[in-house]
Amino acid sequence: MLAAVLSLTLLGALLGLALGIASRLLHVETPAIQAELEAILPGTNCGQCGYPGCAGAAAAIAAGTAPPTCCPPGGKAVALALADKLGLGLDPASMADAGPRLAVIAEDLCIGCCRCSKSCPTDAILGAPKQIHNVLKEACTGCAACVEHCPTEAVAMQPVPVTLPHWVMPKPLAA
Amino acid sequence: MGLMEKCFTRAWGVHPETHKRPAADVPTRTLPVPERLYVSLSQHLGAPARPAVLVGQKVRKGDKIADPQGAVSAALHAPTSGTIVAIGEIPAPHPSGLPVLAITLASDGKDEWTDLEGCADPFALAPAEISQRVAAAGVVGLGGATFPAAVKLSLSAKAKVRTLIINGGECEPYLSCDDRLMRDAAAACVDGIRIMLHATGASTALVGIEDDKPEAIAAMREAARPYAEVCIRPVPARYPMGSEKQLILTLTGQEVPADGRPGDVGVVVHNIGTARAVHAAIRHGEPLVARLVTVNGACIEAPGNILVPIGALVEDVLAFAGGLAAPPARLIMGGPMMGLALPHARVPVVKGTSGILALAAAEVGARATEPCIRCARCVRACPIGLLPLDMARRIAAGDLSGAVRIGLKDCIACGACAYVCPAHIPLVQYFAHAKGELAAQERARLRAEATKKLAQARTARLAREAQEKAELAARRKAERAAATSATASDTGAPA
Amino acid sequence: MKPAYDAAQPLAAPHAHAGHGVRQTMMRVQLALLPATLFGFWLYGWPAFFLWLITLAACLVFEFISLRLMGRAQIGRTLGDGSALLTGWLLALTLPPWAPWWVGVVGACIAIVVGKQVFGGLGHNVFNPAMVARVALLIAFPLPLTTWVAPLPLGSAAAPGFVEGLQITLGQLALPDAMSSATLLGHAKTELSRGLDLAQAFAGSTAPQPSWVGLRAGSLGESAAPLLLAGGLFLLATGVIRWQTPVGVLAGLAVPAAIAHALAPGHYLDAGTHLFAGALMLCAFFIATDYVTAPATGSGQLLFGLGVGLLTWVIRSLGGYPEGVAFAILLMNALTPIIDHYAKPRILGRTRSGRPIDPAPAGKET
Repeated sequence: MLAAVLSLTLLGALLGLALGIASRLLHVETPAIQAELEAILPGTNCGQCGYPGCAGAAAAIAAGTAPPTCCPPGGKAVALALADKLGLGLDPASMADAGPRLAVIAEDLCIGCCRCSKSCPTDAILGAPKQIHNVLKEACTGCAACVEHCPTEAVAMQPVPVTLPHWVMPKPLAA
Repeated sequence: MGLMEKCFTRAWGVHPETHKRPAADVPTRTLPVPERLYVSLSQHLGAPARPAVLVGQKVRKGDKIADPQGAVSAALHAPTSGTIVAIGEIPAPHPSGLPVLAITLASDGKDEWTDLEGCADPFALAPAEISQRVAAAGVVGLGGATFPAAVKLSLSAKAKVRTLIINGGECEPYLSCDDRLMRDAAAACVDGIRIMLHATGASTALVGIEDDKPEAIAAMREAARPYAEVCIRPVPARYPMGSEKQLILTLTGQEVPADGRPGDVGVVVHNIGTARAVHAAIRHGEPLVARLVTVNGACIEAPGNILVPIGALVEDVLAFAGGLAAPPARLIMGGPMMGLALPHARVPVVKGTSGILALAAAEVGARATEPCIRCARCVRACPIGLLPLDMARRIAAGDLSGAVRIGLKDCIACGACAYVCPAHIPLVQYFAHAKGELAAQERARLRAEATKKLAQARTARLAREAQEKAELAARRKAERAAATSATASDTGAPA
Repeated sequence: MKPAYDAAQPLAAPHAHAGHGVRQTMMRVQLALLPATLFGFWLYGWPAFFLWLITLAACLVFEFISLRLMGRAQIGRTLGDGSALLTGWLLALTLPPWAPWWVGVVGACIAIVVGKQVFGGLGHNVFNPAMVARVALLIAFPLPLTTWVAPLPLGSAAAPGFVEGLQITLGQLALPDAMSSATLLGHAKTELSRGLDLAQAFAGSTAPQPSWVGLRAGSLGESAAPLLLAGGLFLLATGVIRWQTPVGVLAGLAVPAAIAHALAPGHYLDAGTHLFAGALMLCAFFIATDYVTAPATGSGQLLFGLGVGLLTWVIRSLGGYPEGVAFAILLMNALTPIIDHYAKPRILGRTRSGRPIDPAPAGKET
């Protein structure tokens, strides 16, 4: 009886020790998930997610308090990349994604005040004072930061029009 | 092929009913030039062409109306003489029904050619000069992929190809325009092949023709008799024999590496129609302004092959072919296996239009989708050796990267899998959706990276400006302090 | 007039189809089963017919109930695809022909509900539904599942009439002991376990004799092995099944059987007896070839077939049960995903490991 108890205790202690040593020796550096998540996010610090900048959002996503779908300008692509990084399953078809959006300036309303161009996190708005401003489509992330700065409501967010080379064949309806 | 080989090489492809006759046996007709022609700016692979004419300008047939834009692009020419009346959007010949930019030409009814400059002895020209002339004539691959022919010619001259393969397979059912071309203009085709041999530097040309076209094989053999370097090679009729990789495998026994090009195995493939267009471009200086189009299907009153000026509306072509016998279940541009379903008939014929099919419901054979029973008919049909059933299952579950892992990117979208599927699963649609979705994701990723750089640049700029401002303020303050102390000392000095 | 081709949803190619469907495939398999089944009806009389009918009807009813519970649309079309009928048919062919009605009903319930619909319906099940039911029945109700009768062909004096047959199937008429008999494999197993060798086992006049024409006790699917073989060849000829699976099963069983018989003829049955006894023919051509639960590629199917054949021989010769087809099928079903994973076809232009092939060195070809 005693021998059995002792031998099992000894065995347990030795194996535990071995495991402890192994975990020290074979320690794998866990990557700083927050930095990786931040690298995926657009980095424009637009604040649409409700967190202070992209770093704040990354921290919240890493902590699990924000869903990977919380970045509106990032859209489907960023949400999928975030979910993939976190090992979460995310069906792209299930996401309500209105599609990417772009800021468009109504030329007849623009007074050339430059407020929108100052607010743009990617310098996507061109315009000198008293000149009609224009949005560079390639640089606009659709973060809508400029919309609230316009005194004449000349800036509006519009969906990116679907063009022939960018058209995607719809997914077949499930049987 | 030995018995052993027959038993143990993987069978690929399918044998659809061809429906090529009687359309293939009807003499070629020519569509009279319609009143208006709509020349799409995106009718080749690569960047759209840039218009080189103004609205109101008068042009003659063969005048250049758009320049190539970028490395992979092609020029466009006026398909008839007349006046440019508009440059704007028209419905594209595409299932989405989205618009495309096009030049609208009002015919003056004279169909008057511009001054053409032919060449009596193309073999005296340098290969680069031939490529240049082919580019100037706006010739693109006429098999359907519409890759600019000149780019391919100069690339293969660089890659030092040894064999030029001419695709006269025409494995798509219903289509017979290549068949008809080889029967009617075998000499011109062979001449084009010889010019292309000269331009690419290849030593032999193998012309693969499916063995269900005996008339075309006979005509081509006759035309190629004086030229030992042009070999006519009948190939078994099987779909998709006309796919580049399959034809190379059948004719040379060589496999093109998955990520490579035919040039890697010393081969370049051109369509027989392209050879004819090269002949016209070099010998007569004629740009590509018309092409042979098969009009076929149960709903067509008088099926056959029609020479159509580029930019004519499908509607006009159908009307010329005797009109529709019944409203078709599907209207298709191209062949039934890979062609595009058209939303309506008011779309223009483009350089890649090999056929216009008006198919009845019985021919399409569409039925409601049933669950996959894993019968693996698709696996046997796939010419590439993929598992279409598994790829579709993964795509249906949203696992696009999983589908890529098992070979989605190797899929050539030939449609053999969906053709044989007893459950009528739209396999090709799954693959097309996944490929489009992946491309969109890739575009979004690149864009996000670019905008991120912009955002970082802006943050850095703001920080720099703030710092500069602070430095400036500090300097001003120091100057001011120095000035006051100086005045103080000045005033204090006499005291 | 709005043209008919103005489709709301963009349509992908191809715009042509080979023209066959799931239903035609299932119907063709059932057509191939018909001769053997009719032969079985003749051999075992009305009770066999009633059991067959009840099993098929029960399968349809359970399929309907499952689809309703799951809220599936177009139940009629799914019922009409013939897959539930085929499952019931295959199950009925493996049951003792005079088994009471509830065996068929319980079997149908297990096959359709547990074997198929729980996994998500047609195409999603991991195990062959008919074999799941067969094994579950055998383990849960060993007595009715091992009570076989000697053949009493219709028209012979002792054959039960229509009403009598109905009574047997409904369990109201006790089976006379004189009629019960052992199957060939069962007999061999019993005698071997008593320490007799096979020569002695088949010496008695009451013992079932190994014969190619199955005029002996057994299930419907056992008795008509030559007819099943003919049905299987019909399926091969019409392209419904391919040669890999049947050849694999037959070879997987015949090769070890022949070797063992040559080494110890007293203890191991010969290959011919193995092939034409039990449900082996049914298995090789109709059950192991089930699309859903077998591998998708030719090489995978060959491997799968060999595994089924070998396991069948091992269970028959070395295991506790006289017949091992159902167990062998289920065991190999469990291996199907892994076979599928490794037996992939080579992608054109890639090596087996998936890397692009090296282009042939320049200058090799003239």
